[in-house]
Amino acid sequence: MTATPFTTEEVARIRADFPILARTVRDGAPLVYLDSGATSQKPTAVLDAERDFYERLNSAPHRGAHALSEEATAAYEGARERIAAFIGAQAQDVVFTKNATESLNLAAYAFSNSPHPGIPGSERFALGEGDEVLVTEMEHHANLVPWQELCRRTGATLRWVPVTDEGRLDLSGLDELLTERTKVVAFVHASNVLGTVNPVAEIVARSREVGALVVLDACQSVPHLGVDVTDLDVDLLAFSGHKMFGPSGIGVLWGRRELLEAMPPFLTGGSMIETVRMEGSTYAPPPQRFEAGVPMTAQAIGLAAAVDYIESIGGVDRIHAHELALTERLLAGLAARPWVTVVGPSDLESRGGTVAFVVDGVHAHDVGQVLDGSGVAVRVGHHCAWPLHRRFKVAATTRASFAAYNTVDEVDALLTALDTVPQIFGMAG
Amino acid sequence: MDLYQQLILEHSKNPQHAGLRDPFEAEVHHVNPTCGDEVTLRVHVEDTPDGPVVRDVSYDALGCSISMASTSILAEETIGRPLSEVLTTYEAMKAMLTSKGEDPGDEEVIGDGVALSGVGKYPARVKCALLGWMAFTDALHQSGHSTETTPIPAKEGTS
Repeated sequence: MTATPFTTEEVARIRADFPILARTVRDGAPLVYLDSGATSQKPTAVLDAERDFYERLNSAPHRGAHALSEEATAAYEGARERIAAFIGAQAQDVVFTKNATESLNLAAYAFSNSPHPGIPGSERFALGEGDEVLVTEMEHHANLVPWQELCRRTGATLRWVPVTDEGRLDLSGLDELLTERTKVVAFVHASNVLGTVNPVAEIVARSREVGALVVLDACQSVPHLGVDVTDLDVDLLAFSGHKMFGPSGIGVLWGRRELLEAMPPFLTGGSMIETVRMEGSTYAPPPQRFEAGVPMTAQAIGLAAAVDYIESIGGVDRIHAHELALTERLLAGLAARPWVTVVGPSDLESRGGTVAFVVDGVHAHDVGQVLDGSGVAVRVGHHCAWPLHRRFKVAATTRASFAAYNTVDEVDALLTALDTVPQIFGMAG
Repeated sequence: MDLYQQLILEHSKNPQHAGLRDPFEAEVHHVNPTCGDEVTLRVHVEDTPDGPVVRDVSYDALGCSISMASTSILAEETIGRPLSEVLTTYEAMKAMLTSKGEDPGDEEVIGDGVALSGVGKYPARVKCALLGWMAFTDALHQSGHSTETTPIPAKEGTS
């Protein structure tokens, strides 16, 4: 790796771009925000971009011929180009959605809405009894429940790749799980709990051998590792804007062009049509086919500003290097505390900046409450990955997740606050 | 920190009346979907000439210290008492927990429950403290008992 973590001065400059990081919580404690895996904070540049849209351009894009609508359309489509370039894609293959959850549902519904008489080529998505969908045991509910429901609707069978004790995919049984019956393989690029980065190339290669389509949940990888859809060679890819310094209410589904063209619509209504008659309708080509209703224009523009911001601070490679340095410090600190168990890889190999752990004998909710008392914001619970927690036989974990604005001091603040947990709960600390 | 009073820690470490027992008229399973906490709870209510009496509340719970302590206090405060009194205790607990910290709780009515008064200040934890109580009232319903309490008459001169 050639990229280097941010220097102390660089992080200080980055932090100054995020107004919320200056606030205090709980009777004056400085906010230590270690929950960017749930949602990231927003830099002023993103807030300004949204506000600027509403102040100068606000109107409905792709409708009407007045000046504002033309300018709003140009800004909206310009945002699409910017975001597409960030993931190595063409603008017309980027579909804007509300969030990654909607992106994944859009993909799942393409299968159960096929074959569609008005969409040539949609037969290739049709699923039925005897077909299989393969997921993994480490999926976020957003990349699990839509496939469970797809199987329920179509009669297909859901199968899953297990997870090892170290928190990595156990691919040893893949030959039995991934067969000619498998039509879809949906899995997460970087786990939102374990931090594990999965071997995309290997799974894609095996999927290609059996002709299965590959859907990648890239929510934690687009903001923290960077992705290039050409390199990844997957078929569909979903991510959210709000986890990458962008606004809430905007997500992306990228798809291989010939697939998007053959996919039936998910949400239907205005803007996604070609012609409408009382007897029936025909549909616009992608991406408009999948963008029913007045779109999230300000949010798309805000997300493009977030992409510009990421590049302005040195790009995803430096963000990843920075987050890994913080992860290394946290993992070392936790390893020095024998009453803490990390759930997930204990080294930096194929890993992102998310660390989940359990304190012996203390529920994660209680750990989080104590940390919160010191201003340290972490996530507690099952992080929308309940089956994964069951697999590790824990009801809940405490999760710290990093972003570009986090500091070494914040890792130490977490560890210092954590040291009060054994005292409060009367364990031998 | 003020939330974790000694009494809560004691109850959560040594939950009173824990375990599932016979006899029972209803068994329920409740979960807190945000954190995955679970409780399986049974009630045994006996009809007596003076009205129904809660003879046993038994449970198997998995959760944070707040939910464990609250369920333990629930068992301690309800077993052996007339249902009418128990429902008053439930209403008082619920009022305290949902008061955003305004209602400190009355020890005469809710006993050790007052130790949970700090929970009201943390909206995210109110569900933890209510998990066992919600399971309890659901079990009462399923065993055919009303959980309506007699409204307290308004005092003269107040509106």
